[in-house]
Amino acid sequence: MVASNLFNVTLSQTFDVLVIGGGNAALCAAMTAREAGGSVLLLECAPRHFRGGNSRHTRNLRYLHEHASAYLTGPYLEDEFWEDLLRVTGGRTNEQLARAAIRQSANLGKWMEAHGCRFQPPLRGTLHLARTNAHFLGGGKALMNAYYAAAEKLGVDIVYEAEVCELEIREGMFISASYCSNGTSRKVRAKTVVAAAGGFEANLDWLKEVWGESAENFIIRGTPYDRGRVLRMLLDSGAKAVGDPRQCHAVAVDARAPKFDGGIVTRLDCVPFGIVVNKHARRFYDEGEDFWSKRYAIWGRLVAGQPDQIAYALIDSKSISLFMPSVFQAIEAPSIRDLAIRLELNPQALEETVALFNRRTRVGSFDPAILDDCRTTDLDPPKSHWARPLDTPPYCAYPLRPGITFTYLGLSVDESARVMLQDDRPASNIFAAGEIMAGNILGQGYLAGFGMTIGTVFGRIAGREAAQHALRG
Amino acid sequence: MPYVDSIKEAGRVMTICNACRYCEGFCAVFPAMELRRTFSDQDLRYLANLCHNCRGCYYACQYAPPHEFDVNVPRTFAELRFECYRGFVRPRVLAEMLRHNGFRVAILTVLSVVCTVMLLFGFQSPEVVFGIHSGEGAFYRVIPYALMVAVFSVLAVFVLAVILSGTVEFLRKTGTTPGKWFDFRSILRATADALQLKYLEGGGQGCNYPGERFSMIRRWFHHLVFYGFMLCFAATTVAAIYDHFLQRPAPYPFLSWPVVLGTVGGLFLLAGTGGLLVLKRRMDPAPTTPQTTGMDVTFLMLLFFTSLTGLLLLVLRETPAMGSLLAVHLGGVVGLFISMPYGKFIHAPYRFAALVRNAIEQSRQGD
Repeated sequence: MVASNLFNVTLSQTFDVLVIGGGNAALCAAMTAREAGGSVLLLECAPRHFRGGNSRHTRNLRYLHEHASAYLTGPYLEDEFWEDLLRVTGGRTNEQLARAAIRQSANLGKWMEAHGCRFQPPLRGTLHLARTNAHFLGGGKALMNAYYAAAEKLGVDIVYEAEVCELEIREGMFISASYCSNGTSRKVRAKTVVAAAGGFEANLDWLKEVWGESAENFIIRGTPYDRGRVLRMLLDSGAKAVGDPRQCHAVAVDARAPKFDGGIVTRLDCVPFGIVVNKHARRFYDEGEDFWSKRYAIWGRLVAGQPDQIAYALIDSKSISLFMPSVFQAIEAPSIRDLAIRLELNPQALEETVALFNRRTRVGSFDPAILDDCRTTDLDPPKSHWARPLDTPPYCAYPLRPGITFTYLGLSVDESARVMLQDDRPASNIFAAGEIMAGNILGQGYLAGFGMTIGTVFGRIAGREAAQHALRG
Repeated sequence: MPYVDSIKEAGRVMTICNACRYCEGFCAVFPAMELRRTFSDQDLRYLANLCHNCRGCYYACQYAPPHEFDVNVPRTFAELRFECYRGFVRPRVLAEMLRHNGFRVAILTVLSVVCTVMLLFGFQSPEVVFGIHSGEGAFYRVIPYALMVAVFSVLAVFVLAVILSGTVEFLRKTGTTPGKWFDFRSILRATADALQLKYLEGGGQGCNYPGERFSMIRRWFHHLVFYGFMLCFAATTVAAIYDHFLQRPAPYPFLSWPVVLGTVGGLFLLAGTGGLLVLKRRMDPAPTTPQTTGMDVTFLMLLFFTSLTGLLLLVLRETPAMGSLLAVHLGGVVGLFISMPYGKFIHAPYRFAALVRNAIEQSRQGD
């Protein structure tokens, strides 16, 4: 039965599995539980148009595979996968769970295709990840559309605009959940629950607890529906936390981006080709420290650390075609002074910063494809690569703000995706999958397409285990 | 929407798409977009006409309405295409035909059918009109051979000239010239793309038509229309050769090339246009513009009407109804001919021109 609104669902029944959330992990759990024979209700707090959580902004999934295929250009094996994860997390990972995620991701593409996913062959825009990551045709929203269609066909009951506002949990045992929809509250009973409701990155009040008032200036790159309500309720009911509550994945995005849901197009890739100044027109970090693909994820925090959480990336016309086009027009001016005026920066200060940078720039042979020898000497902070004087008008600027992708704080789980309680016992009928438990595996840093791996693998585990538990009685 | 706005909107949308690029696997539009950083009016007209309206990118779009970015590529391009159809029409005074096109083409066709029937009754006695004619030259006893040839020759020359000049204007307004455009290998490649309707494939699973679900149904119906049309064209050509060079005037026996080709073609057209009309009734209107609904529907109905009357003529050719049916059928064909450069048909040469341009661009990238 397909439920377009809550009145179509028979709420008097006790479902075998209640899935809270509507993104990748939630759907993988719901489909798997249904295929295992359980009755499944999925509560998505977003309206249908915005369903799918942050998965609707994703594009690819990283999985273990021994051979090249139409969508992957070569093999990607466990050792390399594990090394990649160790590198980005700096060792802050639960090896047992991480290895489970890696191993059980083997040939995930087949399972995904069987559930409606379509992949695209490597094209111009995807080549750098084409060996390790399979790209969804049309991106994450297309994948979500396919999964929702498959889940409906399997007979998963789905309710949109249903935010879970209360969980009845007694001594680590889930009893029922209440959700609010159109101003009314409804109670639903289930034998097991899968929490797949994401992190709290869209909850500004919670972010402020961690970051103080500066969180007011953060931009949330993804869904506005990840408010962390389910995470908080479970933590308050005795679930054990994992991950640093002070950490989040943040990149520098265009300051003109919408507060929520701007997604991929608001990112800016011009930083390595120019300089970045704060509101006092001063540089504050080495813009050319390493390749952008290895540095973009630190710039969110760097900008967050500047006064008023604002910065400006400046380039001259030599560099305008070197990076992916961005969605907002550059702010242009014929001189540094005019540019400062347009940015409302102190013109004299900006002219001094640029002049000093230009003087200290050693001319080398510029090459964006390698760590080239264009660097500054005797400058603090230095610029280690791709440093060229800003001397060719027109000059262009992009304002930058910290853009949060996701938070790391989550629920501790075991290998069967059971939520761990504070006394280190696994809860019998509470499971978690996706971003809400990704902090077990990603203690810090990020690996492209790995959030989707965790969501898919643990979504399937949670769905299977929950259905098994429910059907055993 | 006035021209300036639809161009501006297309530029805004392409700027967002070019920063995202998630849809590059669906069709030719996005890889073509990726070759550019900024979009001139000419680029946008070209991209709009390269779009086959498969709608894959609309349902896959994280920025589709109600998102505040309000990205609706198929609709934006449908609006711009419509402006192109209006803008490139020759002679200019007939550009108004594109406004309320469904209504105007319908009126034109009705007029043409009524005129033909009236002429028939004006010049021929009822005994001839309602008589039973059989054997060689049966049709020409009702409507003289010379008249038919004269009318359709003049019409064919007119229609070809208008379509050609419109296409040249299209090339100019999309930033190329017939000389630069004429590249043999690219024309072959584009012909293959067009004959397969490659870009109604949506990356392998079909297009999102009539609704959100992927389906090949529209592609199959369009194939029926296209190949049905070509079979009817072939039937007419063979008949002309029989008549002029082999001294075998129509009508032909049921098991002859002109009749077999025409019958199969007519049935294809009936099924194809009928199917497309049914799909159109069911389609999600969000990813297209209501401006062109009349134009699309009338063109389909006109094709349906001419195939139906053609097939009826075949079945009833040895009955008293033949004379009137012949007039109605020929009237319909005249309406179809005249309206070809001023209605939905014009998408075909423009789309083909855009496909050739795309083949040229992409082959240069490969070098």
